[in-house]
Amino acid sequence: MGTLLIKNGRLIDPSRGQDTLGDLLLVDGAIAKPGPVSGTVDRTIDATGLIVAPGFIDSHVSFREPGSDEDETIASGASAALAGGFTTVACLPETMPVTDSRASAEFIARQGERASRCRVLPIGAVTKNREGKELSEIGQLIEGGAVGFSDGKQPIANAEIMRRALQYTRMWNRPILHHAQVPELVQGGIMHEGYQSTVFGLQGMPAAAEEIMVRRDIALVETTGGRIHLMSLSSRRSVEEVRQAIGRGMAVTADVTPHHLLLTDECLAGYNTHFKVDPPFRSSDHRDALIEGLKDGTIGLIASDHQPYAEEKKNLEIDHAPFGIVGLETLLPLCVEALILPGHLTWLQFLEKITFGPARLLGLSTGTLQAGRPADVTLIDPEARWQIDARQFHSRSHNTPFNGRAAHGRVEYTIVGGEVKYARPGRQP
Amino acid sequence: MSLKSAEPVAPDSWKRRHLLGLQTLERNEIEQILDHAARFKQLSHSRTRLEHLRGVVVANLFFEPSTRTRTSFSLAAKRLSADTVDFTASGSSLSKGETFIDTALTIESMGVDLMVVRHSSSGAPEMLSRYLKCGILNAGDGTHEHPTQGLLDIFTIRDRLGTLEGKTVALVGDIKHSRVARSNIWGLTKLGARVVVCGPATLIPPGIEQLGVRVANRLDDVLPEADVINLLRVQFERQRGTYFPSIAEYAHLFGMNRDRVRRARKDVLILAPGPINRGVEISSDVADGPHSQILHQVTNGLFVRMACLDLLARRQMQEHVG
Repeated sequence: MGTLLIKNGRLIDPSRGQDTLGDLLLVDGAIAKPGPVSGTVDRTIDATGLIVAPGFIDSHVSFREPGSDEDETIASGASAALAGGFTTVACLPETMPVTDSRASAEFIARQGERASRCRVLPIGAVTKNREGKELSEIGQLIEGGAVGFSDGKQPIANAEIMRRALQYTRMWNRPILHHAQVPELVQGGIMHEGYQSTVFGLQGMPAAAEEIMVRRDIALVETTGGRIHLMSLSSRRSVEEVRQAIGRGMAVTADVTPHHLLLTDECLAGYNTHFKVDPPFRSSDHRDALIEGLKDGTIGLIASDHQPYAEEKKNLEIDHAPFGIVGLETLLPLCVEALILPGHLTWLQFLEKITFGPARLLGLSTGTLQAGRPADVTLIDPEARWQIDARQFHSRSHNTPFNGRAAHGRVEYTIVGGEVKYARPGRQP
Repeated sequence: MSLKSAEPVAPDSWKRRHLLGLQTLERNEIEQILDHAARFKQLSHSRTRLEHLRGVVVANLFFEPSTRTRTSFSLAAKRLSADTVDFTASGSSLSKGETFIDTALTIESMGVDLMVVRHSSSGAPEMLSRYLKCGILNAGDGTHEHPTQGLLDIFTIRDRLGTLEGKTVALVGDIKHSRVARSNIWGLTKLGARVVVCGPATLIPPGIEQLGVRVANRLDDVLPEADVINLLRVQFERQRGTYFPSIAEYAHLFGMNRDRVRRARKDVLILAPGPINRGVEISSDVADGPHSQILHQVTNGLFVRMACLDLLARRQMQEHVG
């Protein structure tokens, strides 16, 4: 393993509010104490002009192994994660079979180890087969490595089931990651309900579907003392509800995707299925509220919500195509465009949302540059200009609406446990 | 002069490759289609053999069941001497293991110049227009648009009233799920008509006022001012669950019957895109009565579709020459 010295970088560690120029030494897979380097160094990376940040953590991605290897395997997804600067990803149980048993959780972890790319953590299903009826063996899942619980894109509609899940997971202080949406209000829906859906003749998904569920979840957290994490917020009122709940000191957290910060419902005009996502892109008013939520800390995390689909599945009539886009390999430049360049967030504030924020949510020791912690580090060129090219993705799927987009900011190196697992083409691996 | 020179000639000013909806058309383009259709109508009595589309292959691709529209398009193409091929696929293309884009590419490869597409999914014809070289004519897509139906409704009104300018047209019924309503709204407002949409509040889609229409929930309030009442079919097949308590209540509140005709303007035109549900949106005596334009609409539909096919075919031919 040895030693790796990262020299002359801009060290940004949101866990300690640090943003300074300096060196970072990694020894035997851990971050070393700052100070003069003694002895020989196995390798040195010149990080002049680069940001040296804790490795990114994505709190929810969908890799489709087991079940739909044609969309993504754990190995291909983990490679995509590395290329996007992620050293840890947590996998939603959107698999067949569903991750609802100890064995299935161990399989995810095991495949991640076999791939030996980034760290891959399982998220266990809240309910058996994600059917929303009976709780999964949550205790067993935790022993199998589950860091949190979720029924993925399947909302937990039954309030009593959610209440029990919050009570039960509380025994281990684990969060429930919820896709907060009232199913009846979005049935058959394709896009945000409003003027645009009327013009396009597409079934709407009203913002109220999310807002009602967010309110319910907050009320249940209030009565149970459990932890809820709201995935991919999309509506203005949801942000307000979360803001108030946090103000009351409740264990409610939320994330948003980069694409919801950049796109609105108007982009469905050409019926391009790459714009069909769940929750849907809403009006600019909602989008602005998400950015406000990030700025004041109401939304503490950013997640790619990586949803890979093979081309033949996504390239269908908009009614038949599945929801979702890939996001791991485009998260950084999209966030630079949406948040850094307009001055909404500083690098320190932004990086917290993809490092320390998700680490806290999932109870991980990473997401920091503190001495002694695992040497998961990502090096960023904040000024690099490039163009997104889906054909170059490491992901098996290319379903992105951002192909060809001008990009600002690029991942140069991704280091996991002190090992350089990814170097941008042109950089020494 | 030979008879041929008296035949309708499509204006060269037509530039579009596809007819996907009325939203994107300019007023003068809509008028071009209507005028061209009027020329075909004038000629219809002479039994002249028209050869506008000789050598042109028109494919009817119907991914959703349809009898009237398919027959009308098929006949319109035949009246212009086109070669036609009909392809009907029921249900989603996925169930057959072939994507609808592959299906369309396959049919196109047989040498098709124009494709008439009906699909249950909004935007499907527009998607195809990005993959295919042939001209695409939208024959109804989901709840988005049905441009030729909108055009034939407008043609029928113009034929009767001379102009759309300043006329009040009421669209009554299930606006939410109606592609006919959307095409009518775009076309009518562009031609200067005032549009009122009227139906149960559950079937009025959000933001519809932004299209420049007025919303009314009581048909009885609309009756005195409407020059035209277009009764949209209640689309039971598109509705999930119930949007109104009962058919009887719907007929009571929104059905056009003898009593309501009496309270309407004396010269009111009653349109219905059909197929009509007798006793629901329209009573039998009104459907068969003097105000009804239902069968004229069907007849005019043929001329409108001939006009659309001719304009698009001519555009395709220009491309081949160019």
